[in-house]
Amino acid sequence: MENVKHIFKKEFKSYFVTPIAYIVISLFLLVIGWLFFSTFFLNRQASMMQFFSLLPITFSFIVPAITMRLFSEELNIGTYEILLTLPVKFRDIILGKFFAAISFIAIMLLPTIIYAVSISFVGELDWGPVIGGYTGAILLGAAFSAIGIFASSLTRNQVIAFITGMTICFSLTLLTDFLLYFIPNSFIGFFQYFSANFHFQNISKGLIDSRDILYFITISFIALYAANLVMKEKK
Amino acid sequence: MIQVIELSKNYGDVKALKNVSFEVKKGEILGLLGPNGAGKTTTYRILTGYLKPTSGTIKVKDYDINEDIIEIKKMIGYLPESAPIYKDILVYDYLNYIADIRKVSSSRKLSHIKELADICRLRNVMHKTIDELSKGYRQRVGIAHALMGDPDILVLDEPTSGLDPNQIVETRDIIRRIGKEKTIIFSTHILSEAEATCDRVVIMDEGEIKADDTIENLKKLTDEDKFENIFRKITRGS
Repeated sequence: MENVKHIFKKEFKSYFVTPIAYIVISLFLLVIGWLFFSTFFLNRQASMMQFFSLLPITFSFIVPAITMRLFSEELNIGTYEILLTLPVKFRDIILGKFFAAISFIAIMLLPTIIYAVSISFVGELDWGPVIGGYTGAILLGAAFSAIGIFASSLTRNQVIAFITGMTICFSLTLLTDFLLYFIPNSFIGFFQYFSANFHFQNISKGLIDSRDILYFITISFIALYAANLVMKEKK
Repeated sequence: MIQVIELSKNYGDVKALKNVSFEVKKGEILGLLGPNGAGKTTTYRILTGYLKPTSGTIKVKDYDINEDIIEIKKMIGYLPESAPIYKDILVYDYLNYIADIRKVSSSRKLSHIKELADICRLRNVMHKTIDELSKGYRQRVGIAHALMGDPDILVLDEPTSGLDPNQIVETRDIIRRIGKEKTIIFSTHILSEAEATCDRVVIMDEGEIKADDTIENLKKLTDEDKFENIFRKITRGS
């Protein structure tokens, strides 16, 4: 477990060495800030609901951009060989990278707390859903990071890793919206359970339900386990 | 110390290693020689846990690579061919990271990093990113990486390739100096270097072992004076 910490430290640090981190954070704040505030004053509501409902779709392309380099870059420049010949278990490598990605997402979300604070000045902001929303955002970020890490473990090409990760994340987000048109009503409840958007919206209403938390943990576990299998298969 | 036992590795239809067996004794400097594509790097990669063998095994002390690979990795310092290293990281940060992974105690860490920086002459580049370094310096960072945490065994895959003559001599000196206490396997295409450094050589070609002896014995056996000629004969270069 100590090795998870060392790998985490290195990965987290290296996010901020290159300009990519700052570009991704700026892009995220720009996109979400614009989408959120362009309709905010029309709604005449002091709430962050709109902000959180934008997160699954935004995260679907931002998070794979954050995770795409985690394995692909190592495979590409050959440091994967160094990594695998150090006395570290696969599990520790994957978890270290996973936590680094989650921490990066947390840092990326940090500036948006200013939105909540400024909204609380113009109206009565209910902090319950805000706290729920941020909890959900971290869980959603974790699940999407795990998917991104899995995609990154598949290929040495970062662009392919990004597109693969984005496709899976988008599918999970849009699952219910798409299927709504194709399946009978009685099945929707069943399919809804697979939708990241559905579970995230539940949490961001301020309802922290174990089923929703379990959903994100399950997705993370499955994706990280798949990455582990890919690493084993690569030998 | 290291026993390679009937090791085979296939990449699809290509047989990279065919039933290779040899042994490395404690404290020995073994030269693993052969033309490109002979299977040297594959052997190293299996020994260091990067690849799994198709059949056969390697034993290090009493550990088997198929069962206790983490224990074996702890004992081995490895310099892969052309030393791939993270680019956007300071030399110091990189060595510090490897020291942490190798469980160098925090009280000893700084002095150990300094010691390795001296051995590999890295002192004046410690606060540069690896990206900025010349090839020779990168290779030295790779050697420092391999030496981190005082592993008993060193596996060096062409440590002198791409270096200038001065750097080659320097690197050879480093290998000889540290070779007094450690078991070393290394490969090189410069035969005079192998002659000067190795206690024994294993010559491979097309995934098989063609010779396993001291250079002196090989000279006697083949009635040749020049090691270069012996090498060409054995590996069908002529």
